[in-house]
Amino acid sequence: MWSRRQGHLRPTVCGVEELRRRRREQEAALRKARREQQLVSKRLLREDAPEEAGEGCVAAILGEAEVQQFLRQAQRGTEEKEREGALVSLRRGLQHPETQQTFIQLEGSMRTLVGLLTSNQALLQLEAARCLHELSHSEQSTIAEACLPATSYLLTYLSGHSSDFIELCLYTLGNLIVESEAVRRQLLPQGIVPALAACIQSPHVAVLEALGYALSQLLQAKEAPEKIIPSILASTLPQHMLQMLQPGPKLNPGVAVEFAWCLHYIICSQVSNPLLIGHGALSTLGLLLLDLAGAVQRTEDAGLELLACPVLRCLSNLLTEAAVETVGGQMQLRDERVVAALFILLQFFFQKQPSLLPEGLWLLNNLTANSPSFCTSLLSLDLIEPLLQLLPVSNVVSVMVLTVLCNVAEKGPAYCQRLWPGPLLPTLLHTLAFSDTEVVGQSLELLHLLFLYQPEAVQVFLQQSGLQALERHQEEAQLQDRVYALRQTALQG
Amino acid sequence: MQLPPALCARLAAGPGVAEPLPVERDPAAGAAPFRFVARPVRFPREHEFFEDGDVQRHLYLQDVLMQVADAPEKPRVPAFACQVAGCCQVFDALDDYEHHYHTLHGNVCSFCKRAFPSGHLLDAHILEWHDSLFQILSERQDMYQCLVEGCTEKFKTSRDRKDHLVRIHLYPVDFRFDKPKKNRSPASAEVPGDSGERSEGEAMEICSEPAAASPAPAGERRTYSHRIPSTICFGQGAARGFKSNKKTKQC
Repeated sequence: MWSRRQGHLRPTVCGVEELRRRRREQEAALRKARREQQLVSKRLLREDAPEEAGEGCVAAILGEAEVQQFLRQAQRGTEEKEREGALVSLRRGLQHPETQQTFIQLEGSMRTLVGLLTSNQALLQLEAARCLHELSHSEQSTIAEACLPATSYLLTYLSGHSSDFIELCLYTLGNLIVESEAVRRQLLPQGIVPALAACIQSPHVAVLEALGYALSQLLQAKEAPEKIIPSILASTLPQHMLQMLQPGPKLNPGVAVEFAWCLHYIICSQVSNPLLIGHGALSTLGLLLLDLAGAVQRTEDAGLELLACPVLRCLSNLLTEAAVETVGGQMQLRDERVVAALFILLQFFFQKQPSLLPEGLWLLNNLTANSPSFCTSLLSLDLIEPLLQLLPVSNVVSVMVLTVLCNVAEKGPAYCQRLWPGPLLPTLLHTLAFSDTEVVGQSLELLHLLFLYQPEAVQVFLQQSGLQALERHQEEAQLQDRVYALRQTALQG
Repeated sequence: MQLPPALCARLAAGPGVAEPLPVERDPAAGAAPFRFVARPVRFPREHEFFEDGDVQRHLYLQDVLMQVADAPEKPRVPAFACQVAGCCQVFDALDDYEHHYHTLHGNVCSFCKRAFPSGHLLDAHILEWHDSLFQILSERQDMYQCLVEGCTEKFKTSRDRKDHLVRIHLYPVDFRFDKPKKNRSPASAEVPGDSGERSEGEAMEICSEPAAASPAPAGERRTYSHRIPSTICFGQGAARGFKSNKKTKQC
C-alpha cells in the first residue's frame, strides 16, 4: 500500500498549485457529502491513467455500433489475441460514462460480458473482469445495477486461486456495493459474508487489502447495523480482522488500514461490542497503538494517521462498554504505556495533522474518566504540561484538554496536590479570558475542583487578578451561576 | 508540543500499571451549580465529530488510483509452455500462467475433465456426477447440497436445489456452475443453452490431461483421489500457489 502511494507521485502535466487547488476542491466536496451523509468513494484499478497518456492514446467514447462490434469480436473471434484485443478496446472505451451508458442500454451486452467472464479462456476472463471493473466505478446506480447478473460469479471466484483475479473481483464488488442498495440486497443472500470469510484466509497481501476495502464499503451502508453487521459478527471475520491488526513483522499497513476502518464501522454501530472485547479487541488495538507510536518515533510517517485515526476511534468507543470492566485481566486495557503512546501520537498530530487532535483527546478522556490509575500515570509521566501546550490549537481542543484535567482533578486532593503549584493556575487565568463559553465553562469547573481540593490555590488566584477574570463573564447566562459561586468561594477563602 | 524525555523510555520499557493515588471525593465537588462528571464519551456513526477523519479516509480512497501498470510491468520471462499434457498455451509472464493454470487446470475433475473455479464446486460436482453411492443414497435422503458456502440446506433433487438457489440466494437461473447432470456420456460437450450464442460460456472446459492420481476404488476417499493433489508445486520448492510477483506490494 505504501509503495503504491509512492508510485502515485509520478510527474503530471499540471503544476503544484493546480494540484493543491484540486485537492482543496476534492476535500470541500467530500465535506459536503459527509454532511449530507452521502459519503461515497471508490477505488479504481486502471492500467493507463488518462493524464499520463500522451497524444493519440486517449480513449475515445465508443458508439453503439463499436460496442457491438467489439463484443462480437470478443465472443466469436477466431484468434485469441484478436478476441482479447477487442475486449481491451472495449475496456478503454468504458472509461467514459457515455460508453458505459451505451453499453448497458445495448441488449444482451451484459449477458455476453458475463459469458466471457465465465469462459475457460483465462485472459479473456481477466479482460472481461476489467470491463466490469470500469463499469463498477460509475457514479450512476443504474450502471451498478446493470452489473447485477455478474455478482454471483464474482462471489464464486473469490474462492478460486488466482490472486490477481480475486483482487480485481473484490475491488469491483466493493465499488458496486457502495453504489447501490439493490446490489447489497442481492449480495447478502448470495452469500457474500461466507465468501469473504473464506477468502480472508488468503496469504496474499493484495487480496487482503482488497477484501478489507470491499468489507469496509459493505459496513458503511446505511442499513449495515441492522442487516449486515449481525451476520458479520456471527462469522469468523472478526477474529481474522483482529489478527490482521496484530503488530509484528506480518503487519501490513495497507491491509491494517482497511480492517481498522472496518472495525470502526462495526464498533460505532454498537451492535455487539462485548463480543469484540471478548475476542481481545482492546488488547490488540492497544498493542497496535504502541506500535504506531514506535513507528512515529522512527519517523516512518507515510500515512500513519490513516491507521491511527480508526484505531483511536475503536479504542475510545470500546472503552464506553460496560463489558470493559468485567472481562478478564488480559483483555482489559490497563497498560500505562498506552498513555505514553497516545501522547507521542498527539505530538505527531500537533505537527502533521491537527484535525486529528480531538480524536486523540477523546481517547485520553475515555482512558482517564473512570481510571485513577491512568490519571496517576498522567501525573507521574509529567504529561500535564504537554497537555496544556495544546490549549491554543482550537476551542474544541481546549474544551477537551480541560475536560481531561477535570478528570484528574475530580479524583481528590491527592491528585490536585500534584496539579499545583505549576502551570495550571496561570493557564486557567489565561483560558478565562477566552470568549468561547464552553471553554470558559470548563475552566470554571476545573477551578472549582482546584479550590475545593487545594485551597491554597485561592490566594494565588486572587493575587493574580482572578476576580477580574471571573467578573468578565458574570453577565453570561450559561456561566453566571458558576462565576458567582466561585467568586464567593474566593472571597471567603 | 514538548514531551518529557523519559516518555520514550517508558514506551520502550515493559508493560505496567500505575499504582493509583488514593481517590477521595468531596460531595461538594458535584454540587450545583457545578455539573462536571467524569465520564467516557461515545460517538455514533454519523456524528459530526468524525467529519475530519472521514474526509481524510475518503481522500485516501480516491487518491489510491492505479496499480497494475504504473507499477511494474509484470516481470517477463522467456516464453514457456504450459506443462500440462495436451495444453499448448504459451506464456511469457508468470502471472498470466498462474491465472491460466488455476482457471483451466486447477480444479479439474479427472473423470470428465471439466474445470471448476473452486475446490468447493469441484467436490460437489464429483459427488453428484461420478459417485454411484451418492445416487443410491439420494433416493432415500436429501443429498444435493446448496452451493452457497455457509448454507447447509440439502435437497432431494438438483432441480430442487436450483429452485432454492434462485429463490433464496437470488442466483441467476442459468448459473453456469450448476448444470444438471445429463444422461449421456459425461465427456461429450454440453449443448449450449441459447441458440445464436456460441458456448463460450461453457465454463466446464474439457481439458485433455490424464488423471493425476491413480484411480481409487469407488467409495473410498472419492473426493480426494481424483483431484489434482493440493500440494502440487512449481519448482523452487514453492508453497502451494504462487508467490506474488508484484514487487511493489511487498514492502
